[in-house]
Amino acid sequence: MDMLPTAIPALSDAFGMILQPIVFGYLALGVCMGLAIGVLPGLGGIAGLSLLLPFMYGMEPLLGLALMVGMVAVVPTSDTFASVLMGIPGSSASQATVLDGFPMAKRGRAARALSAAFVSSLFGGIVGAVFLTIFILAARPIVLLFRTPELLMITVFGLSMVGILAGRVALKGIVAACLGLLFGTIGEGASSGALRMSTYDTPYLADGLKLVIVGLGIFAVPEIIALLRKDKAISDRAPLGGGWADGIRDWWVNKWLSVRCSLIGVMVGVIPGLGGSVVDWIAYGHTVQTAREKSEFGKGDVRGVIGPESSNNAKEGGGLVPTLLFGIPGSGSMAIFISAVALLGSGQIEIGPSMLKFNLDFTYAIVWLLALANVIGTLICITASGGIAKLTSIRFALLAPLLFTIISFAAFQSRQDLMDLVALFGIGLLGIMMRRFDWSRPAFLIGFVLSDPAETYANQAVQIANSRFRKGFNEGIEYIFSPIVIVLILVTLAAIVVGLRQAKNISPEGNIQSGSKRAPLIFLLAILGYIVAAFWNASLIPDFSSADRVFPRFVAFVGIIGSIILFVQMMMNPEAHALFSDREKQDSDSNGYGLWPTLAWFAGLLALTSLLGFILALAAFLVSFIVIRAGKSISFAAVYAAAAIVFICMLAYLLNRDFPAGLLQSLVDLPWPLK
Amino acid sequence: MSIVNSTRRIAIVCAAAAASFATETAAGGHGIDLEGKTVEWIIPFSETGGSAKWANFYAPLLSEALPGNPTVVVKFMPGAGSTKGANFFQEQNYEDGTLIFGSSGSTQFPYLLGDPRVKYEYSDWNVVLASGTGGVAYLPPDLAAEVAKGGASAIAGEDFIYGSQGATRLDLVPLLAWEMLGLNVEPVFGIKGRGDGRLMFERGEANIDYQTSSSFLGGVVPLVEAGTAFPWFSFGALDGDGNIVRDPTFPEMPTFKEVCEETDGCETTGRRWEAWKAFFVAGFPAQKMVFLPNGAPEEAIKTYTEAFEAVKSRADFSEISAKRLGKYLQLTGSEAQGALASATQVPAAAKEFVVNWLNERYGVALN
Repeated sequence: MDMLPTAIPALSDAFGMILQPIVFGYLALGVCMGLAIGVLPGLGGIAGLSLLLPFMYGMEPLLGLALMVGMVAVVPTSDTFASVLMGIPGSSASQATVLDGFPMAKRGRAARALSAAFVSSLFGGIVGAVFLTIFILAARPIVLLFRTPELLMITVFGLSMVGILAGRVALKGIVAACLGLLFGTIGEGASSGALRMSTYDTPYLADGLKLVIVGLGIFAVPEIIALLRKDKAISDRAPLGGGWADGIRDWWVNKWLSVRCSLIGVMVGVIPGLGGSVVDWIAYGHTVQTAREKSEFGKGDVRGVIGPESSNNAKEGGGLVPTLLFGIPGSGSMAIFISAVALLGSGQIEIGPSMLKFNLDFTYAIVWLLALANVIGTLICITASGGIAKLTSIRFALLAPLLFTIISFAAFQSRQDLMDLVALFGIGLLGIMMRRFDWSRPAFLIGFVLSDPAETYANQAVQIANSRFRKGFNEGIEYIFSPIVIVLILVTLAAIVVGLRQAKNISPEGNIQSGSKRAPLIFLLAILGYIVAAFWNASLIPDFSSADRVFPRFVAFVGIIGSIILFVQMMMNPEAHALFSDREKQDSDSNGYGLWPTLAWFAGLLALTSLLGFILALAAFLVSFIVIRAGKSISFAAVYAAAAIVFICMLAYLLNRDFPAGLLQSLVDLPWPLK
Repeated sequence: MSIVNSTRRIAIVCAAAAASFATETAAGGHGIDLEGKTVEWIIPFSETGGSAKWANFYAPLLSEALPGNPTVVVKFMPGAGSTKGANFFQEQNYEDGTLIFGSSGSTQFPYLLGDPRVKYEYSDWNVVLASGTGGVAYLPPDLAAEVAKGGASAIAGEDFIYGSQGATRLDLVPLLAWEMLGLNVEPVFGIKGRGDGRLMFERGEANIDYQTSSSFLGGVVPLVEAGTAFPWFSFGALDGDGNIVRDPTFPEMPTFKEVCEETDGCETTGRRWEAWKAFFVAGFPAQKMVFLPNGAPEEAIKTYTEAFEAVKSRADFSEISAKRLGKYLQLTGSEAQGALASATQVPAAAKEFVVNWLNERYGVALN
């Protein structure tokens, strides 16, 4: 705290810097670009910053910072649109928002959910900035207290959120989480590079699956297919008028929840190594655990929107601490931010440990630009939310092709490989089945997200602890059981107990009737089959790479035990039991189209892409879909397809990306964008 | 698949023929003009790595220096530890000089070690720039004090923990160096970048670490000033004759070679030393290189070489590059070719030594 005397003048300098019209203008420009990028599902801060990077060289540092901070700050604000309106997690920061936000949109309360979300985001962003203004001076020693065992325990705490999101049959949720963890281990192990469920002949799998694809596949694809089969609008009733004012009132009623979740966001964001991808789940878990009346969660409870949204913007502020103080990026977008700042001006700002000493004014400027960007972003979003919410009343057959275009493009950004689309389709199929049979998709996703940190930190903690134990027993114990670890263990145990007790009331997949025994049983056996294969595959890893073997084997073991118990339960219980939940049965009246014919459209897009490349395949897909499935005229379809293709080409041009190429492209040299 | 491959091969042969024809007709000109064109610079890593930083630094300067001032865009193609992007580049043939590739130590090492995924061949490419860097090993204060008293042998009994990205990566160079000094260093794998390794050191979990020069300046120098870290040695730099000399960025630090000479059991001759030196040269003094694809004509190479020379001779170059890249040689022309040769042509004995060492010490089975 000896820095306080220097902090106050730096703070006032910072405000002097920010409150200039030109800085404001650049900030607003950045905010607008950030909102535009964030609205598109699957594209986030990384895409946005890459867009700005070429302009950063030699730019006036303050203006460049305003532009970039404006962009980064509002991505978690505007990605709420996709989460709430379409049930598509716009980015990893708003996965939990889908759980209650989307059901609200289906009930015609989209505008209300959106405005509650935006006010929460704004508030979270400001709480984050205020907290950081003080905390940043004392942050260094506190952040350094979080060593590997502490990081491991936070990861385990994040995993314990599976408890509350496990669904009506807790065991199914646990097996789903195991499956997610196993999907996360696919590819090269972090410790000794042993391959899991992949070979060097399948280079795509050897690199592991990316979160963008898994997130879109597990949430977006199933929702799009489900809505398309009903062939109505997203909202099943007329939108309620004046919704946005209700949303603000909702937030005010739950303001303390919002404060708590903001603090959770900023604190988890501060800790380097977790990347904040679990913040929204932890906030959601906290929201549910502290709520008195829980029956509406998962079906459209506004608190389920306020909690995660308060945390995700606060997280961006917290994420600045490891970035600014240690020069260690908390996320992919922060990594680009660091290298972009080095390009500004004559390179006088160097992100890293010397930041507080030499650039405290800039540090504060960044923190408060972040808060200011949140204000501007929220105002724009709330103004727009009423209009954009009307999307939910459009017939879905007209919306779906465009959504598929965007998520295919976003998925393709992860590796620029046709396999990206195949993976999206495959994971989408898994997501569809999980949704159908009421296996918790959030549990799967939490498992996937935390798989890598859980494995890496566990291996590292064991290795370092061993070295400490060689020095002395006490030294080892002190290392493992620090006060922070003990507190985290207690919190985790409490979360598991409370979570499992309450899980029955919270159904992240909604209420689902039970059908016959056969289909759910086949799905369980398929999952068991994969887990057994993963176990066997991990067992083949030789001894010298054993660090890459232990984790997948352990998780698969738990998964196998869980699946076998489920199997026995299924044998013993009658068809009406919740074990046999089957959405096909429930939705049989409202589904106008079968699953397979609907899915065939997208399989067709995929197959055509592998032959003709993405753009030509897209043209054929869009025109024929609009004509055959949506029943519009050829000329309407042609205009629709042309508009969609121009849009996607613009996006690719700005981001300097090619499209997936097919067989045709390997034979003939075609000009961009066809190449 | 084989049909596709053979048709593709035919297409490549045709393209190559066309390209060589084009070359003949264009011969006699002085360099190529890129006016109104867009140069794509492929970086086989993600937007977030050190190569991205390096390419983003050079891209706008290169655009100014190339004839016709083309737009230079950096295109990221990550995957399979950079072998995916390099394999892609291998399949490309020279067309009009609008495609260049940036390789890194992480592209060189799998090539040298015979990684089965490597389908690229450096000798097919045309180097136009080679950028170097250095590395510094550092210790916590108590251990540094013991070293100051009794040299490396004084800490031979210590249990060292080092946060590592993987034994087959650049970390191979420090790991082998420490082993040569007789230290018992246990690498903790699975960290995502050298910054995480430094954090592990700052948290007191790791008690030995190294950083590349620019990261050392930005991240460790403040620790040195605060007294929580002490630099031990730099890996050194190469002089014109290929000898290891003191690093120009850290002239006050001894090189690893000097420390090794003072330490019993560490020899600066023989297979182990040659192997270390070969991989050090491949990983540091010529860490990042810019290439034109297979079949590039002389005037294209000349144009790019001149452009990079023009960048280097900017009045402000030493100032701006020292901040962003460190004070290192940025080689062009025949010097770049020399750097390429020393970075990619490792003596068979050195390669064999490292492959065996990786296998025995870390169980890494290559091939």
